[in-house]
Amino acid sequence: MRKLLRYILLLALPIMALAQDGEFVYQKPPEFSDNVKPLWLTELFPAVRAEWLTYLDITLLLLALGVTAWLLLKKRSRNGVFIVMLLSLAYFGFFRHGCICSVGSIQNVALSIFNPSQALPVATLIFFLAPLVFTLFYGRVFCAGVCPLGALQDLVQLKPLRLPIWLENTLGIIPFIYLGLGVFYAATGSLFLICQYDPFVAFFRLSGTPTMLIAGVALLAIGMVVGRPYCRFICPYSALLRLLGPLARWRVQVTPTECIQCHLCADACPYNAINVPTPEPTAGKRAEGKKQLALLLVLLPILVIGGAYLGRAAGPTFAQLDPTVKQAYLVRAEIQESGHITKKSLETYAYARTAKPASELYQAAAAVHAKFAMGGTAFGGYLGLVFGVALIGLTIRRRRINYEADPARCVSCARCYNSCPFSHVDTEKEVE
Amino acid sequence: MADNEKKDAGLNRREFLAEAIRAASLLALGGTLGLLATSKASARASVWQVDPYKCTSCGKCATECVLNPSAVKCMRSYKICGYCELCFGFYKAQHNTDAESADNERCPVGAIERHYVEYPYYEYRIDTKKCIGCGICTQGCTDNGNGSMFLQISHDVCVNCNSCKIATACPAQAISRIPADVAYLKKPKDKKNTH
Repeated sequence: MRKLLRYILLLALPIMALAQDGEFVYQKPPEFSDNVKPLWLTELFPAVRAEWLTYLDITLLLLALGVTAWLLLKKRSRNGVFIVMLLSLAYFGFFRHGCICSVGSIQNVALSIFNPSQALPVATLIFFLAPLVFTLFYGRVFCAGVCPLGALQDLVQLKPLRLPIWLENTLGIIPFIYLGLGVFYAATGSLFLICQYDPFVAFFRLSGTPTMLIAGVALLAIGMVVGRPYCRFICPYSALLRLLGPLARWRVQVTPTECIQCHLCADACPYNAINVPTPEPTAGKRAEGKKQLALLLVLLPILVIGGAYLGRAAGPTFAQLDPTVKQAYLVRAEIQESGHITKKSLETYAYARTAKPASELYQAAAAVHAKFAMGGTAFGGYLGLVFGVALIGLTIRRRRINYEADPARCVSCARCYNSCPFSHVDTEKEVE
Repeated sequence: MADNEKKDAGLNRREFLAEAIRAASLLALGGTLGLLATSKASARASVWQVDPYKCTSCGKCATECVLNPSAVKCMRSYKICGYCELCFGFYKAQHNTDAESADNERCPVGAIERHYVEYPYYEYRIDTKKCIGCGICTQGCTDNGNGSMFLQISHDVCVNCNSCKIATACPAQAISRIPADVAYLKKPKDKKNTH
């Protein structure tokens, strides 16, 4: 009886094994003698980074934001802000290898908003929201003291040139375009464009591809003569901060007393962020501005609709970067050529191994295409809006009496504080 | 003087507007936070991992990772290992003898150690410090053996980039984010990693 059971078991074992995804193709795991310890007890799978360290990241982020705001607005200390910036560069940059950062978190938020199945880690959400909320109260303190990308550029700057305002404004549109593009690709679930083309993260990890290293070095080289080129003309997070900056409750005040129009702060600002006094526009100029404004307001819907139309047409082109679409194109090319998947590329080899019919892949690719058509429409419309609003901004002239930091462009580095001849007077008063 | 007062009034109006927009923005940000926090946010972070059932051992893990050597390592499932005397993860297909010499081994860095257990079984241990995640052994084991050797991202090495560079390059789209408490997608599939 026992023997019979054993035979049945022996017969059943291979079948059971096959039932488990055909796991034991070659030789099924043996039964070892009692004196041999079962080896799966020694399986080594290193543990994930401890959870409390994530909360440490969040705490340090909030702390750095708070301390920067305090040093900037209460203490008015450039040196203090500089020290916090260095500490942030060391921790968020080199120690944490630049991930997660607020700039990249835009994509995680976009991905989870548009894809119901994607969860969003709390840390990522806080890295996205905290700097925005702080900006609503204290201006762009994140850029000054917390962002490791900004810190790196702040350190290399030697003798910043003053860019002409038309160039400043034109290049200043790029962050908005980049933001739209980053959200577009993240929302479709294809790729994280902003992370992939982050020029400085290679320095934080001390390794990277040659292309990104060259891009990073080039940007730092430009950064020697143009202050913070990435922050001002590329960074997609800066687009959000620029929108919220003007709403700040408390922000950088160049002079603690009265402005004597000495122009020293405008010379000290490496980022072209000090607005100089402008004369009262003449009646002719004002009328001209009003006419332009009216024209542009009419033009705005046309720009938006035209952009949306073009964006929809460009959807399939954008979709080519999506891995599923890429795979589908390669599979289809091989099937058209020789009737079956010839596994010429790694992608087609991978698909052939799944043993699924090609039609399933085509369906998936078509679904991605549909997503990109929708995303492209939104992205195109958004681009039209960006250009329209940028043009409208040019027609609005405001009279300015004193030198003041532009709330949108100012990254709160506090360099202007020391340049103001009255800053020293004020500190002496405080000492008394 | 009158001019001054007028200017003050203007400033106040602008301040009031700014205050209103600020409140609206705060509400919007708070709303986003609330909405995401209630529906989507997971307290636990997520990590990148290779799905061994999708992996084709193409070798990109060794070259595409931002770290050198790669954070992807060969890992073993002792539950399905055959403890073969002739291991296709260890030996090249055309090896001359069963001598454990470099010209007979698949592993280009000699990270696999062969240990005798009891007749006729051998155990194969991976030195993860040496392993470069090239997938040559996993390919041999998956194609000719039980597939007990497979590539996994080792979380003591991985820096958990927001966008994994290998995931972007992976031709099989085998790398994705998984909850950190799952951490590994082991073979054979168990209840924990069947999502």
